[in-house]
Parts: sequence; C-alpha cells; structure tokens
Amino acid sequence: MTETLTLSHLTAAITFAFFVSIVFGITQRNTPRTMLRYGVYCFCMFVLGTVVVGWAMWLMKR
Amino acid sequence: MPGKADTVSRNMGVKVARRVTKLAVGSLLLGCLIPGGGHFLQGRFYRGLLLLSSIAGLFFMGLMMQGKIYLLNSGDILDMLGFIGDLCAGGLYFLTRAMDWGHGAIQLATADYGTKFIIVAGLLNFISAVDAYDIAMGKKP
Repeated sequence: MTETLTLSHLTAAITFAFFVSIVFGITQRNTPRTMLRYGVYCFCMFVLGTVVVGWAMWLMKR
Repeated sequence: MPGKADTVSRNMGVKVARRVTKLAVGSLLLGCLIPGGGHFLQGRFYRGLLLLSSIAGLFFMGLMMQGKIYLLNSGDILDMLGFIGDLCAGGLYFLTRAMDWGHGAIQLATADYGTKFIIVAGLLNFISAVDAYDIAMGKKP
C-alpha cells in the first residue's frame, strides 16, 4: 500500500475512538438504542481521557 | 446435561444449557475470516456493515499510517503477541500478506499508532465474531 496517511496525535486518537466505539456499542449492548448510547459514551470517554492524560503529561513536564 | 453443551448461562438463578449449532460455529468462523461476516450470515445486515466498515477502516488506516505487520517466528514475545493481534483480523491480515502491504519496521512516530490500529482492528474482529456466535446461540437478541 503506497498511500501514506499522516495524522496528528489528537486526530489519530479521535479516529481510533470513533471506530472502536462503534464496535463496542454493537457488541456490548443488546438493543439499537442502548448500542447508540453506549457507543457515544465510549467515544466521549476515549476523547475525554485523551485530553485529561494530555494535560496531565503537560503538567508533569513543567 | 447435554454432551455438546457449550456454556451455562444464568437466568433468574436457573441454569440453561445450550447446544452448539452449525449456524453458531459458522458465524464464529466466518466472523473471524471476514469482519462482520457472522452478522451477515444471520441476516443482520446493518450491524455487519457497521462492523465491517469500522474494523476494515481501522485496519487500512493503520496500514496507510505505515503501521508494522507482525510475522510469525520473530523471536520476541511482544512481537508474537502483536502477531496474534494481527492474525485475529483474519482475511484482512492474509490479504495484507498476500499483497505485501504494511511495513516491517516502524520509521515514523505516527507509524507506531498505525501498528496499534492494526492490532486493535484484529482484536475487535475477534470480539465481533464472538458476538455473532452469541447471537446465534441465543444469548443475545
């Protein structure tokens, strides 16, 4: 595969969260409504966790 | 207790044994080979399509980020674990090996992310295959 994709760290984390949340939502819940809610919840937790850990590393560096 | 009873689930304290069906085994195997294949086999088109697009999307984005494809017999224990993760992607992994896609060594910082994308895509594929098996066994609606 010759195409090269260069993503920033944040974009890569958000892309990862998006795809993984879809699979988690479908596989870990039973009804479409709860699947959607759980997928959105997982996505928010992934992104929020990324931001929190990012700021924590920034504080540790200072 | 049936001889081929797969698992025993608990429903209000009552143990229910379920027999392993051909559909369940077929869903598991097809799901391992093709992301969402087990769901397609059971007529769950939209779930299968979402799983296929998500897992294949993650896998190919990892490849495009110059992620590493692990090979068998690399010697290092972490590489072996990476190989198992990659192998769980099933058909995607075999297609990648056949087409000689992917990289053998990580050269960029983002390529490390790509490597993780590929491994996680494989693990998610395994989860989705088990999910298809559970649906076929009646453990999940």
